[in-house]
Amino acid sequence: MTNRRPRLYERLRVTLWTLIVPPTLWAGHFLFSYLWAAISCAKAGEFATFPWLFVAGTVIALLLIALAGWVAWHQARIPGDAPPHQDSTGVDRLRFIAKSTLLLAGLSFVAVLYTALPVVFLGDCR
Amino acid sequence: MSLHEQDDPELRRAQEERLRAVWASPKGLFLKWTDTNNDAVGAWYTLTAFGFMLFAGVLALLMRTQLAVPENDFVEAGTFNQLFTLHGSMMMFLFAVPMFEAVAILLLPQLLGARDLPFPRLSAFGYWSFLLGGVFVSGSIFFDAAPDGGWFMYPPLTTRTDLSGLGADIWMLGLSFIEVSSVAAAVELIVGVLKCRPPGMRLNLMPLYAWYILVVAVMILFAFPPLIAGDVLFEMERLLNWPFFDASRGGDPLLWQHLFWIFGHPEVYIVFLPSIALFAMLVPTFSQRHVLGYPWIVLAAVGTAFLSFGLWVHHMFTTGLPKISLAFFSAASEAVAIPTAVQIFVFIATMWAGRVIWSTPMLYAAGSLAIFVIGGLTGVMVAVAPFDWQAHDTYFVVAHLHYVLIGGTLMPLFAGLYYYWPLITGKTLSDRLGRIAFWLLFIGANLTFFPMHISGLEGMPRRVFTYPAELGIDALNLASSIGAFVFAAGVAVICLDIALSPRRPLAARNPWNAGTLEWLAHPQDEHWGIRSIPLIESRYPIWDQPDFIRKVDEGRYFLPDAEEGRRETIVTSVLDARPLAVIRLGTPSWKPMLTAIALGGVFIFTTYHLYWLALVSGVLTLAMVLWWLWTGTAEIPERDCKPVGHGIELPLYMSGTASPGWWAMFITMMADATAFSGLVFGYYFFWTRHEDFPPDALAHAPGVFWPMVALALGVLAWLLAITARESNAKGRVGVARALLMLAIGACLASGAAGVAGPWTSGMAPESHSYPAIVWTLSIWTAAHAAIGAIMLGYALARSLAGRMTPRYDAEIRNVTVYMHFLALTTVVTYATTGLFPEVS
Repeated sequence: MTNRRPRLYERLRVTLWTLIVPPTLWAGHFLFSYLWAAISCAKAGEFATFPWLFVAGTVIALLLIALAGWVAWHQARIPGDAPPHQDSTGVDRLRFIAKSTLLLAGLSFVAVLYTALPVVFLGDCR
Repeated sequence: MSLHEQDDPELRRAQEERLRAVWASPKGLFLKWTDTNNDAVGAWYTLTAFGFMLFAGVLALLMRTQLAVPENDFVEAGTFNQLFTLHGSMMMFLFAVPMFEAVAILLLPQLLGARDLPFPRLSAFGYWSFLLGGVFVSGSIFFDAAPDGGWFMYPPLTTRTDLSGLGADIWMLGLSFIEVSSVAAAVELIVGVLKCRPPGMRLNLMPLYAWYILVVAVMILFAFPPLIAGDVLFEMERLLNWPFFDASRGGDPLLWQHLFWIFGHPEVYIVFLPSIALFAMLVPTFSQRHVLGYPWIVLAAVGTAFLSFGLWVHHMFTTGLPKISLAFFSAASEAVAIPTAVQIFVFIATMWAGRVIWSTPMLYAAGSLAIFVIGGLTGVMVAVAPFDWQAHDTYFVVAHLHYVLIGGTLMPLFAGLYYYWPLITGKTLSDRLGRIAFWLLFIGANLTFFPMHISGLEGMPRRVFTYPAELGIDALNLASSIGAFVFAAGVAVICLDIALSPRRPLAARNPWNAGTLEWLAHPQDEHWGIRSIPLIESRYPIWDQPDFIRKVDEGRYFLPDAEEGRRETIVTSVLDARPLAVIRLGTPSWKPMLTAIALGGVFIFTTYHLYWLALVSGVLTLAMVLWWLWTGTAEIPERDCKPVGHGIELPLYMSGTASPGWWAMFITMMADATAFSGLVFGYYFFWTRHEDFPPDALAHAPGVFWPMVALALGVLAWLLAITARESNAKGRVGVARALLMLAIGACLASGAAGVAGPWTSGMAPESHSYPAIVWTLSIWTAAHAAIGAIMLGYALARSLAGRMTPRYDAEIRNVTVYMHFLALTTVVTYATTGLFPEVS
């Protein structure tokens, strides 16, 4: 056994809170999108011709969700008993939460893309 | 005791007698209503919600009778308005949500192998609040005073007192009262799922029903409070003429729509997910195998919960919001189809992989999925904004929502009724009557609601009391009316089946041969919930763990006795269900019922403008709550630890983050903070809607000075409270008491300074939405500061009475949680009212 430094996904604690990280990022992005559109339309009467703020927010949200998914993907593969991970052991509990987080990251990623799509097609405040 | 000792039948009998005596229900005509055990409260709750469902169903039949033929005069337009408003409001607030709480209170302790949920008296309080509020709201129709503005009560129709009478107040205040009971249930259920699981039941072994209940209870915390905030603004406008929704004085009726639908759309999933949760229990039982894709169900539940908060504007597609805003909500509305479909596919896959027994509950499950899928598909249609512009406010929407709610909520509950009836009563319902009822319901629902799609597209608007023959929709409407009576006949057959149940013989224990813990129950005779609290090693312990039922019954697991004559259950850790402590549970008491009656007085007297009586009720409520807390909570145990079997000793007292009380406070304050954010949303919403907000005349009100004083004092109170907690923990009791006293002073001064801002700058709340919302935020925060002072005073009194010590310090730890949230509220309020006008 080498004495290497544990990797990021090994150091991060898995809890019920980590499960909701990806959908919380979706919620944050959604709220941001809604406020961005509502405030720019109400106060400026339009959104900027190139909505860089929106693009930046969306890219950040997607990257963070992908990161959460990447961590979860590795954590779901920590060695242990064979699937279906339904024993009362610490590693099965960990892999279960990690797998659920991974699935939620997938859903959140798609949902952020859904939210971002309208900006490709709609350009004004009508 | 060890495994060995439990071999002695004499010991077991003595243990059983002690348990039986401790958990015995109070007897007697009046005393039995003081019961707090979940099997009693859950049963009352379920029956009451079922009764309200029948009542609201009769209202629907009256409507369908009126609409059976064109230009009918069976009821008048005014009565018809009351019928549809009360039908929708009752089905949502008095049936669907309470039914979820009722079933969860009934089943959850069994599913988790707990003796009861952590706060049985809170459940009882929730029930009595629900009963009182429900009778108040539904009874109004007999006095021709029922609400008549539609179940979403849009202003200005409903806020103008010349257009709507008492009904609007009855809706607002009666249902606010019931929302209190929903939040109470949410607290109870979340803490129950997180802290009262049996040892070994880690998160990955939790029954899926418990996952759904956890998710739905958390949704309630974020969905109901915006409506409570809306109710506050609404009643301020109706009773005090503060113009939040009056466009002529700077208000905006759309604010109500936002607040209502931030509640209203998650609400749909709040009533849908717990019903689907019943499928997650019965599908594996009748497929005779473990559920496939357990993490996928968790994905579906959690994913749906989140996405459901991004859908509310799809009820507002025709309000003229910018298209880009509509598109965001349209996108989220389409995305929510993904997790919803995932769980349906999981059930299909489980059935496919198993050997299915086509029992009556399975028939209901399959039939309701078919109906639900049709509703889901029309949902995808109306989520597309341009289609919705055509279908909005027509019978197409009526058809859509009834397909979703009948397929997604009502029919699954009937499946659950047939599945769980033996668990509750010990008797099975009739397969024959059940199947007859199913086909009547299935045909009735389709015959009622399918034609409505067409009548809606033909141009029939919602909420009209009649229609002309020339529209050419009379045949469709007649079909709908016939269908409604066929559906009602199905419900009647179910009622008959239930009525015949007491005459039937007892069924075997676990008659469906299910694998989950709830089937350990002894219906009818034992109230203790579970004989001994098991060690869980599988998702389906009855199937997988050898000799499981016998070991539980012989008390070979934990806590098989009640030596001290107390009601007890085990508290475990959130992630891994490691045993942490034994807690003593509340026993039967009048206090929950009396507190509910006192609180009901506040709402009911306010409805009739009897403000002095309402104030008296408010003071009584406070006194009741304090009495209840003083005599029933955070009791210092007679010793530190007690053995629970297998050589394990557990503490009898907990404080801080591991204890249920701390979690309950934290969860309650999450709901409170959400309501507050609804009010803050109102402030900034007005700002986006107006060129000049604050208006020029009030550009420097309430000024910077008073809000900043209030903010500083609020933060000071918070710091004092934290220091008091730390001093107390270190044994410096005198210092802690002095700090508590200072904190009380700082709280009261902060509240007074907060109100001084708008007061000294002469802001007249009736004149414009700006002073009205500033006043509301200030009063909200000042009231919270006053409650903070009362809580600090309570902790001080406990300390002086010797009921709170450095070792036993739950009170001050819980009060500090309140103080964290109070500090947050204070900072946000006064930074907004004091600084925002200066920078905007």
